[in-house]
Amino acid sequence: MADRITREQVQHVAGLAKLEFTDTQLDAFTPQLDDIIGLFETLSEVDTEGVEATTNVSDQLNVMREDVAEDWGQSAALLDNAPDAERGYIKVPAIIDESEDD
Amino acid sequence: MNFETTIGLEVHVELKTHSKIFSPSAVEFGVDPNANTNVIDWGYPGVLPTTNKGVVADGIIAALALHATVEKHTHFDRKNYFYPDNPKAYQITQAEKPIGHDGWIEIDVDGVKKKVGIEEMHIEEDAGKNTHEKDYSYVDLNRQGTALIEIVSKPDIASPAEAYAYLEALRQRIQFTGISDVKMEEGSMRVDVNISVRPIGQKEFGTKAELKNLNSFNYVRRGLEFEEQRQQKVLMSGGSVRQETRRFDETTGETILMRVKEGADDYRYFPEPDLPALNISDDWIKELDDNMPEMPGKRRDRYVNDLGLTDYDAMVLTQTKEMSDFFDATVALKADPKMASNYLQGDVNAYLNDNQVDLSETKLTPENLAGMINLISDGTISTKMAKKVFKALTDGEEPKAYVEAHGLVQLSDPAKLQPIIDDVLAANPQSIEDFNNGKQRAVGFLVGQIMKQTHGQANPTVVNQLLIASLKG
Repeated sequence: MADRITREQVQHVAGLAKLEFTDTQLDAFTPQLDDIIGLFETLSEVDTEGVEATTNVSDQLNVMREDVAEDWGQSAALLDNAPDAERGYIKVPAIIDESEDD
Repeated sequence: MNFETTIGLEVHVELKTHSKIFSPSAVEFGVDPNANTNVIDWGYPGVLPTTNKGVVADGIIAALALHATVEKHTHFDRKNYFYPDNPKAYQITQAEKPIGHDGWIEIDVDGVKKKVGIEEMHIEEDAGKNTHEKDYSYVDLNRQGTALIEIVSKPDIASPAEAYAYLEALRQRIQFTGISDVKMEEGSMRVDVNISVRPIGQKEFGTKAELKNLNSFNYVRRGLEFEEQRQQKVLMSGGSVRQETRRFDETTGETILMRVKEGADDYRYFPEPDLPALNISDDWIKELDDNMPEMPGKRRDRYVNDLGLTDYDAMVLTQTKEMSDFFDATVALKADPKMASNYLQGDVNAYLNDNQVDLSETKLTPENLAGMINLISDGTISTKMAKKVFKALTDGEEPKAYVEAHGLVQLSDPAKLQPIIDDVLAANPQSIEDFNNGKQRAVGFLVGQIMKQTHGQANPTVVNQLLIASLKG
């Protein structure tokens, strides 16, 4: 049991998803996730020797649009839908800059 | 202990496309916040992105300009992270198969040339912009989805001076392709650097620090210089460098610890399922290559070898594509290359500096500059008169029409000049005597009198010739 994923990994993944789990929850989720991974491991039984990795299941290729700007006239409605807006900006609780936005 | 330094640079370049990379919202500046946004930019559920062909073309152009191999079977990947300026909670980028890889550019540090390798370049979307105030932050998604190319150097850069030269060379090449304005002060070029030092002879790289807040090439150099010294001191005192992110302080020139990095970032990249893969054809690459603007190095060679300019002139004229294009257009209109070069570096540059504008923001045109230079060359106007004409050019006036309207035409006809010269000589017998006694100063005085008589319109070269002949005759 619980050899495919550790309790620490579950906690780490939860952190990435901005979730906080109690000890009881971690105890419950760790074996469950372990089972799920086990299920997926069935796939690795398929011999994929010489088969190129699939990056997209669509059979479409090279779908591109020309570089032409369009105004869909949605910005006012989108701002109305935002939980809070001010002076045309989306207003959110203060954030501490921890971005790695590249 | 002697050290060697290893520097890697990641440069983001914002593309000048009309529309965003995955949505057709306009890319423009100075509009109201969130004006150029639609449901795709906001990351609404159920929307589908579509790749902008212009961005892929720009990616190929960048790869070609940086001597890289174009990846013919490429696709996009998702990079997952949470932040308010990133409404989908992922950025669409390229991780596995970047559009270009294994390129290089040549840099020049005090005459020493060196090739710096480029690991890869990829196309991706930019995030929105946050403004932080007390208690609240404000999000503008106009920039969300604007197309970027990120260019990642190989760790070939061995000094802050080389880093500076690399950025200069990279900026120049990208600018000449025309895909981006590459202006750091406007955010269309952004630079992230990392630097490590190690004792000479050590095989493994040292632990690297990442530097932020480098808003000019100079700050990049100064930040790296400080960081190089700091890391050496840490190692010499027996300590070890931590992997951390540091911020450059513009006022002190020092780098300040922002945060210590624990473990690698965990972005859980995976192939973007909403966008079909791209197969880039040889024909398309060839078409883009054939239409590639001439790069600065080639232009410099042409200016020196074909047009007879100095290396220095060629270097100055190729600082920007705008200037170089203007020069080419002026010379194509039969203007003397040396004069065109002098006017661009002199009067034109002075005008741009005085008014803090770019060439494209002025009323100057190659047609009018060439027109004025040709009027000087054929003797119609003097270079002194040209000062006045140049001022008129900056107001958008046509040189020939201006010269005629203001009677600026130079008097070069000997038949018209000779009677004036005769009159002046007759009125100044003392000067003739002085000349005969070997006083060269007399000539200057007489020329001055003739210029006065002609209200400055006499051609000084012709006047000199005629005057000397008359005095000797």
